[in-house]
Amino acid sequence: MFDQKKIKKEFPIFSRKINGKPLVYLDNASTTQKPECVLDALTNYYSSHNANIHRGIHQLSEESTVAYEAARKRVARFIHARKSDEIIFTKNCTDAINLVAKGFASQIIGKGDEIIISAFEHHSNLVPWQELTKAKKAGLKVVPLAKDLTFDMNAYKRMLSTRTKMVCMTAQSNVLGTVLPIKKIVQEAHKVGAYVLVDGAQSVGHGKTNVQSLGCDFFAFSAHKMLGPTGVGVLYGRYDLLEKMVPVIFGGDMVTIVEQHSAQYQRPPYRFEAGTPNIADVIAFVAALDYLEKIGLDAIHAHEQKLTTYARTRFSEYSGVNIVAPPLEYSGGIVSFIVPSVHPHDVATVFNQEGVAIRSGLHCAEPLVRSLGVDALCRMSFYLYTTQEDIDRAVRALQKTRQIFCRAKT
Amino acid sequence: MDLYSEIILDHYRNPHHARLLQKPSVRVKEHNPLCGDTIELDLLIQNDHIENAGFKGTGCAISQASASMLMDMLIGKKVGSVKKLFSKQVIAMLGVPLSPARAKCALLPLVAAKHAILKLNLQ
Ligand SMILES: Cc1ncc(COP(=O)(O)O)c(C=O)c1O
Repeated sequence: MFDQKKIKKEFPIFSRKINGKPLVYLDNASTTQKPECVLDALTNYYSSHNANIHRGIHQLSEESTVAYEAARKRVARFIHARKSDEIIFTKNCTDAINLVAKGFASQIIGKGDEIIISAFEHHSNLVPWQELTKAKKAGLKVVPLAKDLTFDMNAYKRMLSTRTKMVCMTAQSNVLGTVLPIKKIVQEAHKVGAYVLVDGAQSVGHGKTNVQSLGCDFFAFSAHKMLGPTGVGVLYGRYDLLEKMVPVIFGGDMVTIVEQHSAQYQRPPYRFEAGTPNIADVIAFVAALDYLEKIGLDAIHAHEQKLTTYARTRFSEYSGVNIVAPPLEYSGGIVSFIVPSVHPHDVATVFNQEGVAIRSGLHCAEPLVRSLGVDALCRMSFYLYTTQEDIDRAVRALQKTRQIFCRAKT
Repeated sequence: MDLYSEIILDHYRNPHHARLLQKPSVRVKEHNPLCGDTIELDLLIQNDHIENAGFKGTGCAISQASASMLMDMLIGKKVGSVKKLFSKQVIAMLGVPLSPARAKCALLPLVAAKHAILKLNLQ
């Protein structure tokens, strides 16, 4: 049963008031709120098991190690990796992408080669590729937006060639909500022998993910965008490719035999996790995954679709309010909009006065936002605890915004 | 107290000196990466005084009102007085409560003005 009212009660933050009004949180693409079970898992870990992993003989260290490695298995199961050794814990999605850029892509890219990304990319899946292609004198190609703000498959196909070594694409735009046809993107890339990294930050907690059926070579995401704690990212990589990837951070835990002047590295994934990892948050992440699967990812997906449809309908009742989005069937649970002659910061400020948290600005995707011909956008992004009443509250905030700003200019 | 006071909204709707000058003594451009706003600011200096000023840019109500009020405030002042103008005074001039993020919007025009004077001194 999908009961958001009950779900909401399981997130302590929703007892908070903002400016005297119950919090409506519509900034889930930035980060999500945490259910009680995740907070409990953190407390439980620190109060009953806390110890460093992979190094102690004592009981607490054993318990922590088992729980940490169980988390790796749990994540593997969640995204349908072949085995848990294909899961590397990083500090966030950005960190995971950088690891692929520095540890893997840098090995296979040379002068004149090319990397293809899309115009939808978050800075996290853009700047690492700018840096790498600059350093290697390689080319960075960008698949443009189609007119309807979807992915331009034909343009992409035309860009692919034997020079293409990597294709790095987001599964869902954090600005427009556009869902990209990842499976097809992967198939086309593999035809020319290119490897594919998927930035799953916006997709993975919002619907079922199967990295094997997607066929991608790497898949990166952040725990905090799917009810988990901050400070945990995941890189999935096909094991044979992880064996080719070189570590970029060196130190304890990632080594086997260490002599004074040289060292041997552990096998993947351990060689990519130097130093004490974020043990507590990785373990608490399991509670988030359990919670998401208990509710059901298909149910979450359907719920977000319903909310998106509703929000678009309600917001488009206001003349001039411009929804910047692809056709509904290509959209995830994100609605970006512009109120004419009101700056998005002012919109977000009035929404905040009404207790409604939305994002405004460039959304860490400056080239994309600029290409839409605007200086900034307002964005509402939904999740499993978002209700229709939340959107009604947003509509009221929109009315308020118009009252304040849209009196005729004198 | 309301952030969007009538005074702020008046300046936002009808900003003063919201145009660039024909022959400025100095022109600068400032950018706020948080909101993506950009402001261009011109000063015309004569006999060590700010004879005229103007700005161009898109931005939120707070940054636009701040720019508009700052132009009014600067015109006629001695060049040296800009150095002694601080964020506190600009925020007081706006007269509304500002969160730290919104204070950045409010202060962009001041940053531009200070930058302009610096550039002028280097010319
Ligand atoms: C599409 C996309 N990729 C990557 C990221 C980066 O995630 P993190 O900041 O957790 O590394 C985000 C976060 O906003 C995102 O939306």
